[in-house]
Amino acid sequence: MSKITLKVNGRTHTLDIDPSTPLLYILRNDLGLQGPRFGCGLGQCGACTVIIRGAAVRSCIIPTSTIQGVEITTLEGLAKNGTLHPIQQAWIDEQVPQCGFCQNGQIMTTKALLDRNPNPTDAEIRQGMAGTLCRCMTYYRVQAAIKRAAKLLAGARPASGKEVVA
Amino acid sequence: MTAFTNIPRQVKEVMEKWNGTTSRRDFLKGSGLLVVSFSAAAIADASLLSAASSPQAAAAAQAAGPYPDPDFRRLDSWIVIHEDSTATFYVGKTDGGQGTGTAFRQMMSDELDIAFDKTSLIMGRTDITVDQGGSGGSDGIETDGQPMRLVAAEARRVLLELASSRFGVPVDQLAVSEGVIIVKADPSKRVTYGDLIGGKRFNVTLTGNNINATTGVAKVKAVQDLKIVGQPLQRYDIPPKVDGSLKWAVDAKVPGMVHARNVRPPVAGAKLISIDESSVRGIPGFVKVVSKGNYVAVVCEREEQAIKASQQLKVEWQKPATQPFPTSEDLYKYIRGATPTSVTRSQTGIPDVTGDPDAALASAAKVIEAEYEFPFQGHTAIGPAHAMADPSNGQMTIWSNDMKSYGLRTGVADFLGMPREQVRVIWQEGPQLYGRTAADDAGFEAAFLAKELGRPVRVQWMRHEETAWDTKGPAFTFKLRGGLDAQGKLIALEYKARTVDYNHVGYNEPETVLIAQLMGRRPTPASGGAAPPSEMYAIPHRRRTTEVVALPLIWETPLRVGNLRDPNGPQTTFAGESFIDELAAAVKADPVEFRLMLLTGSTDDDNSFRRARSLAAVKAAAAEYGWDTRPSPKPLSSGTILTGRGISYCYRNRTIVADIAEVEVNRENGHVWVKRLVCAHDCGLVINPEGLRRTIEGNLLYGLSRALYEEVQFDTEKVTSVDWISHPTLTHTDAPAKIDVVLVNGDPNPNRPDLPPYGAGESACRGMVAAVANAIYDATGVRIRRVPFRSGRVLAALKAARV
Repeated sequence: MSKITLKVNGRTHTLDIDPSTPLLYILRNDLGLQGPRFGCGLGQCGACTVIIRGAAVRSCIIPTSTIQGVEITTLEGLAKNGTLHPIQQAWIDEQVPQCGFCQNGQIMTTKALLDRNPNPTDAEIRQGMAGTLCRCMTYYRVQAAIKRAAKLLAGARPASGKEVVA
Repeated sequence: MTAFTNIPRQVKEVMEKWNGTTSRRDFLKGSGLLVVSFSAAAIADASLLSAASSPQAAAAAQAAGPYPDPDFRRLDSWIVIHEDSTATFYVGKTDGGQGTGTAFRQMMSDELDIAFDKTSLIMGRTDITVDQGGSGGSDGIETDGQPMRLVAAEARRVLLELASSRFGVPVDQLAVSEGVIIVKADPSKRVTYGDLIGGKRFNVTLTGNNINATTGVAKVKAVQDLKIVGQPLQRYDIPPKVDGSLKWAVDAKVPGMVHARNVRPPVAGAKLISIDESSVRGIPGFVKVVSKGNYVAVVCEREEQAIKASQQLKVEWQKPATQPFPTSEDLYKYIRGATPTSVTRSQTGIPDVTGDPDAALASAAKVIEAEYEFPFQGHTAIGPAHAMADPSNGQMTIWSNDMKSYGLRTGVADFLGMPREQVRVIWQEGPQLYGRTAADDAGFEAAFLAKELGRPVRVQWMRHEETAWDTKGPAFTFKLRGGLDAQGKLIALEYKARTVDYNHVGYNEPETVLIAQLMGRRPTPASGGAAPPSEMYAIPHRRRTTEVVALPLIWETPLRVGNLRDPNGPQTTFAGESFIDELAAAVKADPVEFRLMLLTGSTDDDNSFRRARSLAAVKAAAAEYGWDTRPSPKPLSSGTILTGRGISYCYRNRTIVADIAEVEVNRENGHVWVKRLVCAHDCGLVINPEGLRRTIEGNLLYGLSRALYEEVQFDTEKVTSVDWISHPTLTHTDAPAKIDVVLVNGDPNPNRPDLPPYGAGESACRGMVAAVANAIYDATGVRIRRVPFRSGRVLAALKAARV
């Protein structure tokens, strides 16, 4: 056991844990953040996804010791001041989930995808989401929601200074 | 005797790869120096209750027990009106993610005449909701929705009576809307439901020999008077699933809880010889190794400790003397050579023989014959089995996503030898159920371990355990023969199926859940069986037989057969509807035209108009798709990508479905992409059209996954499908570019304003495998008769046919 400092959703926590423990168990069992869920423990399905430095990371396989002090965002950290993130809103508008168990992974992977590529093509969406599994097979609606979220985010973004207004 | 590793080789390799990767990449170094004191905040209270909880629920959750059954003949068991004129509904169902909870609220709100957003719903909690059996068979709306509507109508009737007394005017001079009753002649005289009864009991007795027959005096509204039913309302459970606030069964925690993991026999049928507890005693947080018979679990204070202990525990097992099963490659040869354990008679009232099939086949101008093969397929839920059990106060409370929570309660009471009143199950949402959680192994395991340890225990299966050891949909072989006359009319059809369905496990049975089997319980095996394909074709001469066969090992096997979403439907319909296409092709008939001819060969119909509704569904699917009439296959094109379309039609209970798949087959690598799907779907009265569309879309792609990827593979000792690499599933890259769902209401009888709602949870998937097979044939001229259609199999078939 050793002291580990974690920054999650803007809060800092110091924990006395085995530093090799995968982040998922610390989030769920010590920090009460249960958006990320155990699906495979092998980094294959995406149900446990969190965002670290802009990347969608599978918390079930990442030792907690490797991410000390780095800002970690979980599903619970997407909404700001009680307002849902546009991706979450798009998910409600499209009524995406069936059981919903995997949707943490769908939403968080989408967040990382749209952060690096705000206007993905259909092919880029398919490739970007390929490793995020859903056994209720909501893929068709997830992809519709990603396109809707991209539009919502574009609408919320300040107009680029390079744009020429005729 | 052999020492085995507790995790499959493939899984170990993946874990090692990841461990190596993550330790090499020290990519996330940082320095968070701000220290905020932290306490384990997630314990208890909030996590005990669902998002839709009420003060009553909170009180009940904290009750020390015992927990007698709520009386379904008391109106107060179903509906509580609060002082603020909101209402809480208590129903004995569970929602598998198809939005049935929202549909139930719509149906009850409509009958009660209260705004949807003034209501909440509690489901599947055995101590506070009446026992409607939980979910199963996709009949929640069809069967269990009816008493829900009737009790809500009764509550409305009682409220009108109360208002009548208050104002001194007869009920027929009152009007009610959104929970407010007014005197028609003087609208200033108004009273809310909350003012009339808020916080008080109805004290009304209902009647009914069983819960499905529960009724009061009031009748339900005529369909044309329904206002909330039929609206595309958003599902109430989606926002908390999207923002992370929903508490799932997997999140259940109470103070003092410990974590357990199972250690399964590494070889099917292996016998436990010894356990070396010293191999895990040094793990921090180690609590105990528990074993009984061949059931083994390790318990630790923390979850990651229990996982480590389960991987590290040294166990000696003795391999069985005889081979438990053939390899998955040899399975079909085994099935054909086996002696059947039984011949099942049709379970649907369909006669086994009509007319004289032998004579008709002998006299036919053309006889076509084909064989088909369908593998074992698993549930492979996205989240493995899990439950938490608390033995406090001499009671047993189980937090579970068991779709049949009432059955879990009864089963656990029997298994542990406890009175039913001392056991309760608190249902919470979980990963896809689809039949898996009706054989809720984890619920029994958690309860057993909690009793052994005398403290709360949470158990969760690991991925390799879930994929290998969950219940399986049975494998099949089929042999079909059809006789066509000189005019190309189908005059005789012989259907012979064999299914590996012996010892099919039931619902939460204390004798057949995995832990019971591993502890040596041996009830009489269920004989198993399957209905033939469901269609309304008029074929004068028929024979339909289904034989059940058994694998050598029927107990403690990872090839335990159980109910998998639409049990047997995708299998039998694959054979039935592939063969109809083969017959159409043999007489160069268009596949839609050929089916329409078979559906119009007789004008007989049944009391739910299945024949007329089948015709309407097939026509609607063809029209929506823009089907061009021509025989399959289409002339082979020269490009790399071959395109084609295929149809299947079937019904499930009283819901009618016609699926059309449009495929692209890559002739160079055998990859199949279903580019477009059309589904014409008739489930009678639609409660929530948008909810229904999403359910159908998921259903279609679920069927597509079974068509393209899913197969449980095994060697002669164990299941080798253990993770998402060794057991592939549909992914985002497979999603069709377009899905068109047509909601058909093909009831031809204008005198049926009460057209009932039928189930939609597992109907659209039924014909998907056949539709894809037929589309591949249309595109390539090659008929694939073994499922799944992974690219290697398709490519080999194309090469063999020189396509």
